[in-house]
Amino acid sequence: MTNYDDSPVRGGAAQGPQAEQAANDSDPNISGDLAHDDAATALTAEGATGRGEGVGQAKETEGLSQGQIVRARFLRHRGALFGLITLSSITLMSVLTMGIGPIPGFWKYQDHTRSGDMVNGGEPSLRLPFAGGGFAIGDHPFGQDSIGSDYFALVMSGVQTSLFVMLVLGLTAMIIGVTIGSISGYYRGKIDMVLMRFTDLIITLPVLILGAVLGRLLDVIPIKLDATAAQREALKANMPLLLAVVLGMILWTGLARLTRSEFLSLREREFVDSARVAGASDWRIITKHMLPNAMGVIIVNVTLLMSVAVTLEAALSFLNFGIKPPNVSLGLLIADNQGAFATRPWLFWWPGLFIILIALSVNFIGDGLRDAFDPRTRKIPSDRAMKKAARELAAANPAAAIQEAK
Amino acid sequence: MSTTTPAPKRAAAPAPKVALDSFQRLSRSTGAEVKQGDVILEVRDLTVNFWVNDSWFTAAEGLDYDLKAGEVLAIVGESGSGKTQSSMSLIGLLPKNGRTTGSAKLKGTELVGMPQSELREIRGNEISVIFQEPMTALNPVYTVGFQIVETLRTHFLMNPSDAKVRAIELMRLVEIPDPEDSFNKFPHQLSGGQRQRIMIAQALACDPKLLIADEPTTALDVTVQAEILKLMRELRTRVNAGIILITHSMGVVADMADRIIVMKDGRVVEHGTAADVFYRPQHPYTKALLAAVPHLGETRIEDGRSDALVVKDREFLALEPADDPSVVPALLLENVDITYPKQGRRPAFRAAEGINLRLNPGEVMGLVGESGSGKTTIGRAAVALLPVSAGKITVCGIDITGANNQELKPFRKTVGMVFQDPGSSLNPRLPIGESIGEPILLHEGLKGEALSKRVEDLLDSVELPRSYRNRYPHELSGGQKQRIGVARALALNPKLLVADEPTSALDVSVQARVLKLFSNLQEQYGFACLFISHDLAVVEMVSSKIAVMTHGKLVEVGATSDIVTYPQHPYTQRLLSAVPVPDPDNQRRRRELRDAIIEREHIVS
Repeated sequence: MTNYDDSPVRGGAAQGPQAEQAANDSDPNISGDLAHDDAATALTAEGATGRGEGVGQAKETEGLSQGQIVRARFLRHRGALFGLITLSSITLMSVLTMGIGPIPGFWKYQDHTRSGDMVNGGEPSLRLPFAGGGFAIGDHPFGQDSIGSDYFALVMSGVQTSLFVMLVLGLTAMIIGVTIGSISGYYRGKIDMVLMRFTDLIITLPVLILGAVLGRLLDVIPIKLDATAAQREALKANMPLLLAVVLGMILWTGLARLTRSEFLSLREREFVDSARVAGASDWRIITKHMLPNAMGVIIVNVTLLMSVAVTLEAALSFLNFGIKPPNVSLGLLIADNQGAFATRPWLFWWPGLFIILIALSVNFIGDGLRDAFDPRTRKIPSDRAMKKAARELAAANPAAAIQEAK
Repeated sequence: MSTTTPAPKRAAAPAPKVALDSFQRLSRSTGAEVKQGDVILEVRDLTVNFWVNDSWFTAAEGLDYDLKAGEVLAIVGESGSGKTQSSMSLIGLLPKNGRTTGSAKLKGTELVGMPQSELREIRGNEISVIFQEPMTALNPVYTVGFQIVETLRTHFLMNPSDAKVRAIELMRLVEIPDPEDSFNKFPHQLSGGQRQRIMIAQALACDPKLLIADEPTTALDVTVQAEILKLMRELRTRVNAGIILITHSMGVVADMADRIIVMKDGRVVEHGTAADVFYRPQHPYTKALLAAVPHLGETRIEDGRSDALVVKDREFLALEPADDPSVVPALLLENVDITYPKQGRRPAFRAAEGINLRLNPGEVMGLVGESGSGKTTIGRAAVALLPVSAGKITVCGIDITGANNQELKPFRKTVGMVFQDPGSSLNPRLPIGESIGEPILLHEGLKGEALSKRVEDLLDSVELPRSYRNRYPHELSGGQKQRIGVARALALNPKLLVADEPTSALDVSVQARVLKLFSNLQEQYGFACLFISHDLAVVEMVSSKIAVMTHGKLVEVGATSDIVTYPQHPYTQRLLSAVPVPDPDNQRRRRELRDAIIEREHIVS
């Protein structure tokens, strides 16, 4: 009954060359088995690993869960790792210095709107060793803006706003896009028709103009509705949230289409039929069987959408349609200081630098995730690694001339 | 399915009229001219290594062989035995992390270590390859004619019209019907067998010295396979080329090979003439491999069997009379039609019509047919995955025709299904235990301890270690995955099991073991089973009755021994005679039998 001889452990190939050696050496056993007229058991191994082209991959993923494989592949991606580290240190820096919500940070200028005395013409007090003069943070490391507010506090608050908008936007777009995409991909037919035409309609809306109109409406509508001052203040304070949700409600279309196409191909897979034969409900098939398999595509595209969100928010704010004071955002900072470009260029450098860093690292993370989730990506050793390996082989086997075979 | 009708027998096509010698070669030709019987390929100590995870992994080791022109050398082994990689290394088609050592001389020219630029001139010119899957090996956006011409014009200074004449001749050589017309067709417009013929024509375009056929018939139906093998057998005497045939099928080898190399885990375990290997195998692995191949009983074409049902022209097979009317059949199909609805411009397609079939409890019935015959459609309709457009399906007394999901829920408990592709039928994101336990969870609401106890019992019954409960599908081999598929299908102890080609994706030896397990389980659980397969030999092993389908109709139903020994319907006869058996002499007899059948049918029609 317990004849486990087809486990990869005995199956030579799975254990690499040494085990194969052993498996081959044990061939005499085979004739013994043969005597028991069960020829089939004599054949060793349904080894999980082949010898073909996929050999490397099979060996790399041996004994790991899906999550572990994805993590290993992600960490192998240098760009993604760089992105992850940069993004988390930026987040950490802004949260630690400016606090989060009601919790204050350690930076001395917690109120970024407070003006102050101009120190040294508002120039940044940050000194870096390679620029000469050693390292110093000083009172205003990023300088001061035209009314003397601390620019470091402003930029860090702006970073927080940008990250917040990015997350909320990504989440909103994901919820709407995945819901619509999965329903239309799973049910097809009329439901698909209706949902996809609706998606097409949303795609035609120009994001920038819509953002502008909505931003304007948020100013106008409360006045028309005779909202109290307190309500208007609350609305203003929550501007980033509103903006992110509204943009998310426009930008989900690409995600919906991708999810739909992913679902269309997944529903043809036999495990979906197998779940149906087992009696699973539609809800269970969608959430338990199909969504986890589509998660790779979804996560990747949400991250890419997030990097778009960062620049889009900056662009809208720059055009004065997005975030409005008293909130700060990186785009708004650039817009506010347009006039100072020639005289105090650092007012551009800092917000610009952080927009680039955030967008770039989110992009890299998305790239890394895409590679990690795509089972077809394989690690191809570099030329240098191959040359080194060839030398090793030559050393081990001096008689044979090593030939290149590309 | 135009390929199932055999190509009209024609006289051997004349030798190509456009002599290639009259064109200037763009690629240098290596070695001297080749005559029948010359040694063209000398392989000495050929080893293929892959650099994986910072160590060298040996894919194939120490191959030694000579190949003469006009000879067929078969390299046999299971998937992962290194048979393909060792041959691809000859033309430098290894992945970047692969390295070849040793020596391989093509008419005296060393191939191992040759620079890419020179290898390019050899590929397609001196050595060409016939790939396994003709649909993916041909470029879908170009016409087949263009693709043959492309090969020609890469290696010869030819103008397009000359190349076209030569291409059409080649297509005639491989017996493509109406080559002038087919020249402008795209791959998707041709049938699988015709695509493979195009691949062969392309491979022969430049009169290669060496032809590597990598599983040339694995993706084809058995009758089409027989035709392609026939073509290749004829070609070997007509072209001055040596053929390396890479395959896992002992039947194909018996049909073609002069000499055989048996490979296992990257090593050659046996090397000898076809007769030696088949009749006097030395190595235990070869013996085991030969024993694992399902053998088909002796086929005779005689009339005089009475108890099987055979369809007459333009009629549907009637339902067998029940032996005992009190028995509720496990599966009963009455005048069932299944139609795939019209989709856009694609018209509605009737996949099965007028099906009458009775499957008694505890009985295993094989449903045999070629791809596109509608056998899978029947299987899926029997588990209510497909709606029926006419007729009635009853499973264990429950009428499932037109029932909705809610009504089907109690029915789901009585059926299980094993799917064809073990790689696709398990959810890659779920651990094995959860996959197996899902039906139990859904129908009996068992959780926690009770559920894992049941899952462990099921794993025991399919002879897998209990610890596999926590593994993911990608960690398992194909055979193990298929066992999991069986365990899942049996989770609720169903009365009817539909097995859709459960072993067609597996290696021969693995297949033998899964089939054995399946038979044991069938005895133990006593379920009725509809066993769908294209492989008659497999069906013969497991089932007590066989139903044969073609073009959406049942043509013959009867006891297994009757069908295999005395097939009545011409289609069944043709199907049976096309199955290659792993025995050269026997295979030769069968081949002659098959030609006789085709001949007879032509006289009749």
